[in-house]
Amino acid sequence: MAINALSSRRAALSRLDSKGSPYLYVLPFFLLFGVFGLFPLIYTGYVSFNDWNLLDGGAHQWVGLANYREMLQDPYFWNSLGNTLSIWVLSTVPQLLAALWIAHLLNHKLRARTSLRMGVLLPNITSIVAVTIVFTQLFGRDFGMVNWLLGLVGAGPIDWQADTWSSHLAISIIVAWRWTGYNALIYLASMQAIPHDMYEAAELDGASSAQQFWRITVPQLRPTIIFTTVISTIGGLQIMAEPLLFAGTSTPTGGSDRQFQTIALFMYEQGFREFRFGYASAIAWTLCLIIAVFAIVNFLLTRRIANEE
Amino acid sequence: MTALANPPSTRAGTPAPQRPPRRRSFGYPRRASVWTYAALIAVVAGSIFPLYWSFVVSSQTSEAVAQVPPVLIPGGHLFDNIARVFDSTDFAKALLNSFIVSGSITLSVVFFSTLAGFAFAKLRFRGRKVLLVLAIATSMVPQQLGIIPLYMLMSEIGWTDRLAAVIVPGLVTAFGVFFMTQYLGRAVPDELLEAGRMDGCSTFGLYWHVVLPAARPAAAVLGLFTFMQAWNDFFWPLVVLQNNATVQVALSSLASGYTTDYTLTLTGTLLATLPILVIFMVLGRQIVGGIMQGAIKG
Repeated sequence: MAINALSSRRAALSRLDSKGSPYLYVLPFFLLFGVFGLFPLIYTGYVSFNDWNLLDGGAHQWVGLANYREMLQDPYFWNSLGNTLSIWVLSTVPQLLAALWIAHLLNHKLRARTSLRMGVLLPNITSIVAVTIVFTQLFGRDFGMVNWLLGLVGAGPIDWQADTWSSHLAISIIVAWRWTGYNALIYLASMQAIPHDMYEAAELDGASSAQQFWRITVPQLRPTIIFTTVISTIGGLQIMAEPLLFAGTSTPTGGSDRQFQTIALFMYEQGFREFRFGYASAIAWTLCLIIAVFAIVNFLLTRRIANEE
Repeated sequence: MTALANPPSTRAGTPAPQRPPRRRSFGYPRRASVWTYAALIAVVAGSIFPLYWSFVVSSQTSEAVAQVPPVLIPGGHLFDNIARVFDSTDFAKALLNSFIVSGSITLSVVFFSTLAGFAFAKLRFRGRKVLLVLAIATSMVPQQLGIIPLYMLMSEIGWTDRLAAVIVPGLVTAFGVFFMTQYLGRAVPDELLEAGRMDGCSTFGLYWHVVLPAARPAAAVLGLFTFMQAWNDFFWPLVVLQNNATVQVALSSLASGYTTDYTLTLTGTLLATLPILVIFMVLGRQIVGGIMQGAIKG
């Protein structure tokens, strides 16, 4: 009797263990994500419909769409949107093309293969802050190396921070420098999965190595190219650390004339310098929407372009 | 094959080494030409140069940096400059903070991701698929955008300027869960778990005695990436830790100011990058492999 009761209790416990414990194991993830990821994101929506200023001790008032209306009439918002798109295009397109080319180079039989791959990846492991600070020095107006090099070829020195185009170009170079090698390694991984006999057949048909690259390699990489484009877009539209630090001072305006203030930086300025949390939340939600639209359009476009190849 | 084309081997008994039939650069991958090497070396040089430059500047005096043409060779002032960095800001504390934050996030992510990955890959329960898809979908959510309510939450519970504000939200990642689910699905045979159960192991016992040891290689890669990401994180610590900075925040305040002392700043850059650089030197092969295997999210 006692033994029976004990073993049936043990069986019940073990049933409970195998039925219940999986939920216990995945709980920490969902709990923490819910509290620190999902809740803030949704709550941003609520805050965006309020006039909410932290300096008033969190007092807030429902204002409906007023923040969004103000945003759409705010020239600083449109300025930051234009800057973001400009920097995004300037950094993403050359970056992915260069990555494709570097991956192609790395896909040869190479000596010191690992060292070369590590060398290419090195920029990606360094922090945005470190990278931006070093480049800001290199792009310095008076003693920067870039201007010195330009001087050697007879071009005048450029005040990189001062103009719209030059600051966008410099920031794009910083972004591209950090991410090209990472994307190259991702392309390399998929290049190595392409069956060799496709190239052998093409070679027998007399295709040149450039033709092989554009007719076989690129179309075969289609899913990877879509992946990297979407990821670069999601990251590119959220750029804020680079323009913040490129200004050299801790003001989040993105230059004296806001010439390189991005949307994320504009949100940061409104939220954590002006303490207008409602307005900043409206900007955040709009940015979220823009990112979603871009990711989808991007996905469809890249799929089509790659299909045509 | 004629005797003329293939001279007999010189030593009796050992056949001449069979050379593969020579084809011009046929097949794939093809042999690298001098130009391939030259181009790759140029790319790598471009990758290394900014870091090398920060080393050059941090070993020079402030005057040397303002020279035209620029000095390209390290000087002898590295330790003076390092001392200056530690004098001018509380850099030591920032470094310590970063180690605490990155270390605890890394341990926790590896532990919880392996636990959740074990459940998703090896245990059967209702709603498993839905929950897994949900977990993966969360990695697509841009975290930056919830930063305002997150900050409000942190000030509500009094965590601003406390390291917990940075550590706790980072304790688990969707990427880690996904990565471990993928890995454990392949790496742990079901028979092994069955055998463990026969021996009377509880599910947590299985996790501890069977799954964790089997997960070691993947845990190492995940831990590396988590550490690097936590170490390099900037935006959230900047917002929430104004007076108790991590090293990236300290670095950014070193760099901001109306006149920037570049020698000081780039020395700080070097110090902030050094731990990651050391890890990269030692474990670069695994890091490269991890990226090529699973398209690690940056």
